[in-house]
This record gives sequence, C-alpha cells and structure tokens, in this order.
Amino acid sequence: MAKLPLIFTVNGAEQAEFVDGDALLVDVLRDKLGMTGTRVGCGQGTCGACTVLIDGAPALSCLTLAVRANGKDVTTVEGLAMGGTLHALQTAFAEGFATQCGFCTSGMLVAAKALLDRDPDPDRDAVVDAISGNICRCTGYEPIINAILAAAADLRGARSA
Amino acid sequence: MEHVREFFAAERGDDGKAVGTSLARSDALGHVTGQTQFYADRQFPGMLHLKMVRSPHHHARIRSLDTSEAEKLPGVVRVITHKDVPANVYTILRLIQVEPNDEPVLAEDKVRFKGEQVVAILAESEAVAREAVARVKVDYEELPAVFDVEEALKPGAPLVNEYHGHNWFTYEGHHCRRVRHGDVEKGFAEADHVIEERYESSPIEHAPVETTGCIVVPEANGRLTCYSNTQALFFTLDNAGLILNVPFQKLRLIGGTVGGGFGGKVDVITEPVAMLGAMLTGRPVKYAYSREEEMQVSSPRAAERLYIKDGVMNDGRIVARKVRLYVDAGAYSRHSPYGTTKASAHMPGPYTIPNVSVDAHCVYTNRTPSSAMRGFGVTIGDFALEVQMDKLARLVGMDPIAFRIRNAYRDGDMKAHGELTKGAALVETMQAAAQIAGWPISAEDAAASSTRAGG
Repeated sequence: MAKLPLIFTVNGAEQAEFVDGDALLVDVLRDKLGMTGTRVGCGQGTCGACTVLIDGAPALSCLTLAVRANGKDVTTVEGLAMGGTLHALQTAFAEGFATQCGFCTSGMLVAAKALLDRDPDPDRDAVVDAISGNICRCTGYEPIINAILAAAADLRGARSA
Repeated sequence: MEHVREFFAAERGDDGKAVGTSLARSDALGHVTGQTQFYADRQFPGMLHLKMVRSPHHHARIRSLDTSEAEKLPGVVRVITHKDVPANVYTILRLIQVEPNDEPVLAEDKVRFKGEQVVAILAESEAVAREAVARVKVDYEELPAVFDVEEALKPGAPLVNEYHGHNWFTYEGHHCRRVRHGDVEKGFAEADHVIEERYESSPIEHAPVETTGCIVVPEANGRLTCYSNTQALFFTLDNAGLILNVPFQKLRLIGGTVGGGFGGKVDVITEPVAMLGAMLTGRPVKYAYSREEEMQVSSPRAAERLYIKDGVMNDGRIVARKVRLYVDAGAYSRHSPYGTTKASAHMPGPYTIPNVSVDAHCVYTNRTPSSAMRGFGVTIGDFALEVQMDKLARLVGMDPIAFRIRNAYRDGDMKAHGELTKGAALVETMQAAAQIAGWPISAEDAAASSTRAGG
C-alpha cells in the first residue's frame, strides 16, 4: 500500500510521518509517536477511551483515519500538563478519586477539557453531557463529574485572581 | 473484632489512624498523565498478531479441519491447532485439586459453546490474521445443544462435556454440593407457614474498558516474558507451565496493571496460546480480544436459579429453609465448581435457622463458560434470600428489619455448614442502617446485640 504524508501538530509540536491510507489516528499516535496515553477500548467508537481533540473538538481517534488529521492540531492526554505543571482537571481527577483502573481516564480528561475550553462555568448537566460518550466501569461517574466541576471552579478562580 | 486484630496483627499498625483519612492513590498521577503503562502499551520489533478461529455453533462435532488456504496467505507465519499444544486439556483450578481437566486450549473433536477457540493464526499484521481466520475451513456436524440448567440435568439431555460424563460437577461422589443441618422436613411439619419461591438471574458480562489480552516475548536466555492484564498472575504462570510442559522458571509474568477486571480476567485463556506461538516462531506475539470477543467469549458471572422453601412461625422465627440452587457453569468448569461450593456455604444467609438443607448444583450447558465476578456464588443468592426475607416478613405481618433482627445470627450460634458464628455484626449493622435511614425500630430491637441470643 502506498504511503501518504501526514504533517500535523500534536500537543504543540509539529510531526511528520508517512502512513498507510487506512491507518487510524490512534495507531499513529500510539505506535509511531509512542503516545500510548490514548487508549483503545472498543475500536468501534462506543467507549470514548481513544478521545483526542482535533482543532479543539473531541474526536474518536479509533474511527478517524490518520490522514484526516493532516494540517490539524491534535491534543492528547500527554498535552494537558504544561511544563511539568498538571492541568487543573488532572489535579482534580487525582485528588477526587476520579480514577480507579485508569483506562478511561485519558479520554475523560480530554472530553472534559473540550468542555471547559468552550464553557468555563458548566452546570452538572453540561458535564454529564460532555462525558456521555465516555464509558467508565469502575467509578460510577460521580467522582468524575465532581472532579470536572471542581476543576472548572479552580480555573475560574485562577483567572479572576 | 478480636479475631480481626489477631488475623491481621502482622500486616498493619493498629493505631486506628487510617480509617477516616483520605490517602492519595499511588497510581493516580500515572493515570491522569497517561503515563500508566498497560500491557498493550509496549511495542516489540517483529511482533506477530494472533487471531482466533472460533466456533460459530453452540455444540458441534468437528469432522475435519483445513488450514491450507490460510497458510498460503502472505504474511501468515504460523497456524496452531490442538495438535501443537503439549498438554491441551486443563482446568484452571486443578491447582487447588479441582478435577477433572475438562477444557481444551484449542478444540479437538468437538466445540461446546459459541465462540470456542479452534485454530490460532499468527500473522505479521492484524488485518492479515483476520483474513487468514476467514480462510480456515472447519467442517462441523451440529449437535443438539442445551441452554437451561434444569433441562441439562434431565435424562436424555445432550451431553455437554465428556470429561465429566454427565452434565454436573461431582462433589465427593455426589451430584451436587450438599449442606445438611437438623431435619428440614420436621421443621416444615411444625411451621405455621411454608412458602416456596423461585429466583433466577441472567449471565452478567464485566465489560471492562480494556479488553483481555497479553504480549509474549521470547528472551535470549530461553525464557518467555508475558505482559498480561490478568488478575491472576500465578494461576496463569502455573497453568501455562503445565499446558506447555515447560518448567515454571522458564516463564516470567509481568502484570498488575489491569484496565478493569471485576473478576473477568482471572481465567487463563489468552496467555498459554500466545506463549506457544512465541515458542513456535521465536517472535513476540500479541493476543488481544476485540470488543466483540470480550462480550461473546470472556466468562460472565454465572446465571443462577434458586428455589427457596421456608417454614416460618407466626412469631417470626424461621424454623426450616430448604434451598435448591443451580449454577450455570456453561461448557467448562473454570471457577464455577468453587463458586457453587461458596454458594452452598453461604446458605441459609446470615440467619440462625435450626433446620437447613441445601443442594447446590454446578451444571454444564452449551453457554459461554462462566467464572468469577465480584462475590460470585454469593451475590445472586443474597438477592434471592433478601427478597425472600421481605416476603416472609409480610407473610407474618412483621417489619422487615424487626424480622431480620429476630432471625439474625449471633455469636456462638451454629451455622448450617458446621462452623460456630463469631464476630457477627448483622444486628448492629441493621441498627445503624435503620438510624441513618430514619426507619423506626422498637426499643427491644434497638437493644438487641450480636453477642446475646436472639428472638
């Protein structure tokens, strides 16, 4: 199969790869770039573990052809912390016991970031809606919802301070 | 609580300071940064992908097997059948003396459930492996299948598992695990009321977000390193050693990071065949369930059916309880003989009843083999028992909490399976629950204690 060029930005850094036309974005991130924080839970677009941001919008990287990301800006869980400082969502998830096995965590964090970037003061329903495409089998969701609301408040406080 | 302190004396400080404090999870930072390494996050040069030819039938004889077209496909490196497996037939709990071995790693002359492993394909890519799976020709003669535990026990039912010779697991010469305490028929004869109810549950799939799988790497020193998400590293190591007929020290299991288990990852299914693939090819092998495989072939919680017959007095004392309990093991034993024993020992619930009889059947059917899941053998029984307790309370016109306190076991009471009760806390737990829920209880029940004889 002929390889196609893929030039895109991942977590702020430009990347260039030659990929198969049927290569999936998640496989390029994991296997070629070594960013294994993005997980594969179903390969069918139903669990949300592979969620990344493409130009700021959440996307299922297990259903996205890698070449579709050409020229785009991709954010993964590895891009949330800035210069060694955790994102408020990461701190809130860790402190609020919003992780158990950790397999859904990356996708949850990325979906939540998309929400908070768009809406800094979401209500509970908006949070539930934002993670409605992400399955967690451990926590029962409540700690995750609370952590996202706590992170939103934290970010608002930091902005107004 | 003295016995708890005694059992755990060596394991913790007894300063009582851990309870009530919030301790950070040691793995949380890895999880939130994406740095936690699950087994599939490792890459090895030359890694092969293993895909499985699976039975499309619930029950069928294998007349013939033709892998020639699959072998011709470019990118296919090796095809594995049961003939390649050094000791093909096993059962996981043989490590704790459960007999007989009743499950093939790869099917031999028969398949006993839909999705059973028949032929393993090793290929350079997942896509090639999948294509090769489709090219394997298996000639099946379909056999009558049985899907119901009571149907399976009737004379003339299709025989599911020849290694047992009948559709039940044998407990020390008996067709079920039995508990006998007092004289249950005498109890029923003396009771003011006798009722019998039937309870039933479906299989439940754990559906972990990370599917079951492993990667096996042949090392230069002749060992195999297996990165697995199993919940049972030592079950896996020991069973794999026996299946592959290699010394245990030749196998190195690395795990502990499990993307959701809930009991669904305690069977030993993917590792032995991936290890064999690595031995036969000298290359790393990855065997990961697809989501569809996780749902179809990984062991669920067993379906159970219970008949509970109780004799109860007008004053609320239960004087006799007879339980017939069926655990649907599916086609193979896995953890169900143990789960069924646990189910029998759990009866008649946390209540002191002078006359108890339990028959707990571990039954083979042509359904997906069932295995461990959070409190297996106990959870469904508890559901049935507690619904039954509410029905009995209504029958004798008692408050459900008062009815349970009346019958709750107390320290020193003899349990049906012959152990003396100690460390009971049911009465105190119900008192606390009633208080939190604002549920009124009588002064007498509020003063009741697990250390004093009950009603």
